[in-house]
Amino acid sequence: MPTGPASSGPAVLEVSDLSVEYVMDAGSVVAVDRVSLALSPGEFIGIVGESGCGKSTLLFGIAQLLAPPARITGGSVVFNGQNMVGLTDKQLAAVRWKDLSVVMQSAMNALNPVKSIGAQLKDAMRAHGVTEADRIADRSAQVLQMVGIDPVHLRSYPHQLSGGMRQRSMIAMAMLFTPDLIIMDEPTSALDVVAQRSLMVQIKELQQEFGFAVIFVTHDMSLVSHFSDHLMVMYAGQVAETGDTRALFGSPLHPYTAGLMEAFPSIRGPRRQLSGIPGSPPDLARPPEGCRFAPRCPQVMPQCATTPPGLYQVGGTDVRCLQYDGAGNAGSLP
Amino acid sequence: MAMLPPVPSPGAPPVRLLELAPATDQQARRGRAGLRRLVRAVRANRKASTGTVLLALFCLVALVPGLIAHDNPNATIYPRSLGPSARHLLGTTALGQDIFAQTVWGTRQVLIIAVGVGLLSTGIAVLIGVAAAFLGGLWDGSLNLLTDVLLVIPLFPLLIVIATYVQNAGTMVLVLVLTLTGWSYTARQLRAQALSLRNRDFLLAARVRGERRMYIVVVEIIPTMTSLLVASFLTNALYAVLFASSLQFIGLGDPNSDSWGTMLYWAENNEALQTGQYLWAVVPGACIATLGAAFALLNYAFDEIGNPALRPVRRIRANRAG
Amino acid sequence: MRFALRRLGFFAVTMWAALTLNFLLPRMMPGNPAVAMMAKFRGPVSPQAFKALAAAFGLNNHQSMVSQYFSYLGDVATGKFGTSLYFYPQSVGRVILDAIPWTLGLVGITTILAFVLGTGIGIVAAWRRGGRLDSIAPPVFVITSAIPYFWVGMMLILVFAVRLRWLPGAFGFDITLAPSFSPAFIGNVLEHALLPATALLVTTIGTWILTMRNTMVTTLAEDYVRMARAKGLPGRRIMLDYAARNAILPNLTGFAMSLGFVVGGAILVEYVFNYPGVGFMLLQAVNNEDYPLMQALFLLITVAVLVAILLADIATAIFDPRTRTAG
Repeated sequence: MPTGPASSGPAVLEVSDLSVEYVMDAGSVVAVDRVSLALSPGEFIGIVGESGCGKSTLLFGIAQLLAPPARITGGSVVFNGQNMVGLTDKQLAAVRWKDLSVVMQSAMNALNPVKSIGAQLKDAMRAHGVTEADRIADRSAQVLQMVGIDPVHLRSYPHQLSGGMRQRSMIAMAMLFTPDLIIMDEPTSALDVVAQRSLMVQIKELQQEFGFAVIFVTHDMSLVSHFSDHLMVMYAGQVAETGDTRALFGSPLHPYTAGLMEAFPSIRGPRRQLSGIPGSPPDLARPPEGCRFAPRCPQVMPQCATTPPGLYQVGGTDVRCLQYDGAGNAGSLP
Repeated sequence: MAMLPPVPSPGAPPVRLLELAPATDQQARRGRAGLRRLVRAVRANRKASTGTVLLALFCLVALVPGLIAHDNPNATIYPRSLGPSARHLLGTTALGQDIFAQTVWGTRQVLIIAVGVGLLSTGIAVLIGVAAAFLGGLWDGSLNLLTDVLLVIPLFPLLIVIATYVQNAGTMVLVLVLTLTGWSYTARQLRAQALSLRNRDFLLAARVRGERRMYIVVVEIIPTMTSLLVASFLTNALYAVLFASSLQFIGLGDPNSDSWGTMLYWAENNEALQTGQYLWAVVPGACIATLGAAFALLNYAFDEIGNPALRPVRRIRANRAG
Repeated sequence: MRFALRRLGFFAVTMWAALTLNFLLPRMMPGNPAVAMMAKFRGPVSPQAFKALAAAFGLNNHQSMVSQYFSYLGDVATGKFGTSLYFYPQSVGRVILDAIPWTLGLVGITTILAFVLGTGIGIVAAWRRGGRLDSIAPPVFVITSAIPYFWVGMMLILVFAVRLRWLPGAFGFDITLAPSFSPAFIGNVLEHALLPATALLVTTIGTWILTMRNTMVTTLAEDYVRMARAKGLPGRRIMLDYAARNAILPNLTGFAMSLGFVVGGAILVEYVFNYPGVGFMLLQAVNNEDYPLMQALFLLITVAVLVAILLADIATAIFDPRTRTAG
């Protein structure tokens, strides 16, 4: 498992072979298929993939926030040395928010519409033993200022703030206890490009100042690649490719990753024809036998339809593609 | 007389209803083939199957009452106030009628009223609801106002007032009166649904093809609202059963008609409870309750079928909501 | 502000509609009930009252319908509801005032109880999704909400009053007692209220429970509930402060409108128990063709429902910050 550069200490998060299924009357759908990842303190990993690839489900699986009919059906999530899978809400409460916090996609939906921002901050603090009114007030003002919001908005309700401010107040909320890990689910998707960039810059600055690790899920590859140390590309519930961001960007190994790169135009460089990836992802209720990307792959080989590829190590990157199943390259098992 | 589920308040935006409208155009076209799916769904849902069975039973009784009860329900020739026996399964009334025969024959009138009001109310509700949604502007405003006003005016007192003036309301009159007062409830829901459908792609496609408005409304929109139409029918049928019986019970119906409500009227007038003639009071009421329950179960089951989030959930270990 | 004005305007239109119905219905019905009634009461009623009655029904003056209509509206506006025919010579106003406290007590308390208990059970049932309460609640309460009110009343009378003789099955109080504020009398009143209240409670609670449960289930799927879990907030706080507070808002006004149905149910319950409230009076009026009383009661009930809706609107404005700023 490639670990991040320049980070010291034991891994903050180690996810091993995590699988999440949606169990319904008609049958069950495996939304996340044996995904593993490891994160060192202060590392920033971006998880990219198209809609329905399972990245949000993976996120909720890691944070133990799944709701029925979704269930973790295999693997472990070891956070700061403790496996979180199977713990009850009560047991998780000690860790939640103090060491691991979450930022969700749409702040309009993630903030309680009938409570003020200040009240929601207060709830979080009181749930973790901070009860003195002045400490609460001070910290609330402090975190808002951290993200560039005037503390007068503690009294505001979510609908009174702009989209960008709402999103930033969510980040402020996530920073309440300066956790070790912040998980972000497409926090910029609802914003315009200018706000997106300023939010990303803000996150990166905070990260550098406070040293927390970040898992950042998005479908926007170009956005996250500027800021992440590490990249994981997901397809149809599986890891397609994962490795150091520079390496992946410079030379994408998996045909899917290459396709994603091709789809994003670059401002500099020669003008060229935009290309997309034809076709659509497989139906996860009935996953294909071999490689899941085979029907859409420009480099498909005959064995791809029948042999499911494992994750093969190529330099510092893991790729799930039969092209790299060379002799002697006994990569990590799928 | 049930309390119908709370209605979106007049003037406020419609409460988000069941996600009955198809998500894609393909699904809309496949909607008609959904009949098979519907049957399967009904079989799978226990409430729906119970409701269907009960309803079928009542329909059967209403169709061939003569086969089941051999006595004339109106004949006052039998000995009075008898208890149950082999000859009179449920005993006789203080007026000498056979209770079993009355109950069986009474089914017909109740079902006619229920189905009649259900269909007519739904018909009017569709017309007005869809018209309001599509004509927009002043039409929408005034139709809305009409609907809301009728919605707010307390229904049962209004029914009482009307029935009092009409005197001895027979079946047809009851159907008419109940329909005219009851359509507003479901009209609101139908309008909300029609509004949400107005800008869907498959409708724009129809307009681009050059279809006329009427065609669009009848051929494209109404079939996709099928589930809501069925819900509307069931709601109105339930309301009709309960309110019609209530009106008859207080004596505003035709006292000579064969109906469960009327039976209860006579039972109350003859102090059936106080004089030990329990069956006379218990049986017709139980029938009303059962038929009402059948409609209510079906209605709720349709809610569940349309909105999977509401379906019964099997508890999986330490599972809490959220 | 604009919303408030539109609302008041709506109420005004509704009242106008109710008044107009009151005016038009007797004149439109086949067999002209007004005439029949006049003939019946020619004797026992004083000439003045009779004249007022005739004026109210527009029979012996040859004014046009339109001017009759306006004089009717004028009478209502000034509170002249006329004389009761059944309770002659009491005025309609007097009869109604005597009946209101009984209904207010019975229906008011029962509705509040049903609402509080009902929403409470609904909240808990949805929170413990898949638990025992959640599995039993829908089928049971769907069935109870379909049972006619009057029949439940009759069954309660049968079991508790006739067979077991534990509780009285009729009237608001023991007619041999003189009304007073003594504990004995009050106890007697409560005793008489128990069965009717139970009948009302049993049949109305089902709908509160089911709608609250359904709204809660939808609310629990919202992102902010998931967020609250992520923050490690205690379960109780999530259930009440984050889920229930949001779930109840869209229902408030709907609940108020359902009051119209509760009133209807109260009419039947009062009838079955001979309970001297507004509903019972209405049916007395109906059965004895006391049209002035009947019309006044109809207006009263309509006003009550409108007031309830107004209160619900105010409550929503107070509890939902989004409406306040929208104005």
